[in-house]
Amino acid sequence: MSQTSNETDAPLRESMDYDVVIVGAGPSGLSAAIRLKQLDPSLEVVVLEKGSEVGAHILSGAVLDPIGLDRLIPDWKEKSAPIKTAVTEDHFLFLTDKRSVRIPNWPMPKLMSNHGNYIVSMGNLCRWLAEQAEELGVEIFPGMAASELVMEGDRVAGVVAGEFGREADGSIGANYEAGMELRGKYVLLGEGVRGSLSKVVMEKFNLSDGLDPQKFGLGMKEIWEIDPAKHKEGTVQHTMGWPLGSNAGGGSFLYHIENNQVYVGFVVHLNYKNPYLSPYMEFQRFKHHPVVADLLEGGKRVAYGARAISEGGLQSLPKLTFPGGALLGCSAGMVNVPRIKGNHNAMLSGIAAAEAAAVAISEGREGDELSDYEIAVRDGDIGDDLKKVRNVKPLWAKWGALASTVLGGFDMWTNFLFGLSVFGTLKHGENDAQAIGEAKDYAEITYPKPDGILSFDRLTNVSFAATNHEESQPCHLKLADPSVPITVNLAKYAEPAQRYCPAGVYEVVEKAGVPEFVINFQNCVHCKTCDIKDPSQNITWTTPQGGDGPNYPNM
Amino acid sequence: MKILVPVKRVIDYNVKVRVKADESSVELANVKMSINPFDEIAVEEAIRLKEKGVASEVVVVTIGVKKSEDVLRTALAMGADRAILIEAADDVHTDIEPLAVAKLLAKVAEAEAPDLILAGKQAIDNDMNATGQMLGALLGWGQATSASALDITDGVARVTREVDGGLQVVDVNMPAIVTCDLRLNEPRYASLPNIMKAKKKPLTATTAADYGVDITPRLTVVKTVEPAARAAGEIVGSVEELKAKLKEAGVV
Ligand SMILES: Cc1cc2nc3c(=O)[nH]c(=O)nc-3n(C[C@H](O)[C@H](O)[C@H](O)COP(=O)(O)OP(=O)(O)OC[C@H]3O[C@@H](n4cnc5c(N)ncnc54)[C@H](O)[C@@H]3O)c2cc1C
Ligand SMILES: Cc1cc2nc3c(=O)[nH]c(=O)nc-3n(C[C@H](O)[C@H](O)[C@H](O)COP(=O)(O)OP(=O)(O)OC[C@H]3O[C@@H](n4cnc5c(N)ncnc54)[C@H](O)[C@@H]3O)c2cc1C
Ligand code: SF4
Repeated sequence: MSQTSNETDAPLRESMDYDVVIVGAGPSGLSAAIRLKQLDPSLEVVVLEKGSEVGAHILSGAVLDPIGLDRLIPDWKEKSAPIKTAVTEDHFLFLTDKRSVRIPNWPMPKLMSNHGNYIVSMGNLCRWLAEQAEELGVEIFPGMAASELVMEGDRVAGVVAGEFGREADGSIGANYEAGMELRGKYVLLGEGVRGSLSKVVMEKFNLSDGLDPQKFGLGMKEIWEIDPAKHKEGTVQHTMGWPLGSNAGGGSFLYHIENNQVYVGFVVHLNYKNPYLSPYMEFQRFKHHPVVADLLEGGKRVAYGARAISEGGLQSLPKLTFPGGALLGCSAGMVNVPRIKGNHNAMLSGIAAAEAAAVAISEGREGDELSDYEIAVRDGDIGDDLKKVRNVKPLWAKWGALASTVLGGFDMWTNFLFGLSVFGTLKHGENDAQAIGEAKDYAEITYPKPDGILSFDRLTNVSFAATNHEESQPCHLKLADPSVPITVNLAKYAEPAQRYCPAGVYEVVEKAGVPEFVINFQNCVHCKTCDIKDPSQNITWTTPQGGDGPNYPNM
Repeated sequence: MKILVPVKRVIDYNVKVRVKADESSVELANVKMSINPFDEIAVEEAIRLKEKGVASEVVVVTIGVKKSEDVLRTALAMGADRAILIEAADDVHTDIEPLAVAKLLAKVAEAEAPDLILAGKQAIDNDMNATGQMLGALLGWGQATSASALDITDGVARVTREVDGGLQVVDVNMPAIVTCDLRLNEPRYASLPNIMKAKKKPLTATTAADYGVDITPRLTVVKTVEPAARAAGEIVGSVEELKAKLKEAGVV
């Protein structure tokens, strides 16, 4: 280890050299780490994870298409991967407020079928992947947030991780630890959707120039333990329609996983217009629909969490490489939207990036662009997967849920049968922040009060995310202009942060008749929605101290 | 001077503890586990004594499942010199009772001959507040519990104890056992460079059987239940209103 100096007020910072530095122990980052060591056991590979342990910050559905895992660890069954529940039944419902209409499976193109897929906890799968990686000699450091890039000229040469102990005002506290520079021949960013370093890299290297803006949804999820008599292991159910109606796009998922648990989730597309909409309350209200309420009654909610999901698809997929590194998985945005699946592509992208990096290093290269990775993604399985469904999301945005399910289904069919689309490639238009409308043009929405049995108020639910942030540290949610929430957002948009944040972090409180914007950053569950949806694009999510944030169980 | 610090892997204090469906215990599967906060304070105190030149070696020991190695690594990263893992169960739900733990620790103490054992005052999972005291009895050593300050001179540990309604200062001759309370210190962060270095520090893996100690449970858990739900609160506008409400409720 050698020593370098950083900011003037801080003590010296140690530095350590690796072949490859990977940020994020999600499916993409861990797949990259494992593949690198499979290809060349002598490579020095390090993975940094901001969660207190691997899996603590992982939130996914999840129905897993095992294509990525099959390729990475073909004998995953023998190695006791935590994958126990094959999908046996697949229902798709359209909801009205009291009724549900089952859409038969036959008009759905084959790519929408979940046959051969598994219901999994990605949190647990990542914990298992981390064990596999460590057995191969990968160094994994949970509780370490990568907070800055290390630049060397025009290339990314590493990251800074593990800084602890700054006081709320940013000054150095008594227990201050400067953190460390981890330098690599290549730096792979597997931060997942709206990664904080990925965002910096995309801006610095103009990776999204000329592309459609990235689109997002907010996914919220609860784990329920239900009456064994009602539990049907292997059943997958998706719904569209009520309660969102014409207010927003989105829908629900409900997966019966092992141990009498069900994963109940709700996704709201973040291009919604009405600033009074509360994605969280839509989710809570949804659970009172008879098709859900009957199932959950007598059960118990055991965990809650939220995470944004990338929905832009191929039109928004940025350039994946930059000098010295690459974007993996949802750091770039590789979710197949109608299938709501991104884990398989995240894993495939990790594998592809590892293969490109291993070749480059074996040729004595470093710090350049891994263009073979870009080609492998676009011309390989990931590109194929995303191409067939590229028009579904713009159709949703344009035509609403029911009509576009039909049009989107038709489009996917023609893609599936003929490899082309009657629509060509549709555009997304504006980004999600710009999509919001002015408060004066919309009516307030009154949501039913949570009953504490099926539905819960936000703060109660947040306590089931087991989130925590050391209080004496600088707030990790940065406002470019601290006056904007009141002067612009409140005045024009009724400050929607109060409602879009699924953890109740943002509040507007009256103090002596004057509205004041309050950020309860301790509650943050790292979903990244504020960084996406703030109408003024005034909020930047940065990493808090490592180990802070939610402590998800089997999310 | 050598210090022995027993550390326990417990359910993380941020986790919303949940009772298992069969009411046999709390749910520990898929749950985030960490070093018991009071034990972290004990480790910190031991390291500070070493940094001050009072102690020469800090040894940490844990008893539990193999995974408990994690908390030993944390202690090593904070600055302990070496670690002993005593594997005593395959399933995290198996509770090793305080007496069994104390007996195992007594064996370790015999082998290691420390001058001071610094433990947590209690583990935040079972809240037994018993292990340190039992160990004191088994070894026949002096003990001081719930320490909020510790000062060592000439083979005597002066311990400030937090007791109901104030502080009590006691002197114990060493070797002694001191259990640590919340206000003793604020533990340092395990820094990344130190975590890296800790991977290379010595860790001895043993099993309960190696010590010839019977760890069969002597207690039977009849049932584990969640506390009754709290009634909803009410926000009052003024002290007057509060007084009225309290009268109404018949509490004042
Ligand atoms: C509600 C919901 C339901 C979904 N359902 C499904 C489904 O059923 N099937 C499916 O295939 N996909 C599903 N997805 C999509 C899938 O979860 C993502 O595509 C996938 O998680 C992407 O993997 P990743 O490795 O890119 O990122 P992530 O899984 O997000 O992992 C990123 C990791 O990096 C860490 N990290 C981020 N930044 C830093 C930093 N600066 N320093 C250190 N660590 C950092 C994070 O803590 C996290 O552990 C769903 C997503 C959501 C939100
Ligand atoms: C590692 C660890 C060590 C600990 N050590 C100690 C220790 O040494 N000593 C100790 O005492 N505790 C200790 N605790 C417990 C911890 O300090 C308690 O959780 C804390 O005291 C709870 O206080 P609170 O006011 O936040 O709790 P709350 O439950 O929020 O409040 C307690 C009561 O205050 C009233 N109240 C709260 N808010 C309001 C309001 N807005 N209006 C009106 N009434 C209100 C209510 O009657 C409520 O029941 C420890 C915990 C941990 C994890
Ligand atoms: S503050 Fe932002 S990132 Fe944190 S939970 Fe709220 S919306 Fe999500």
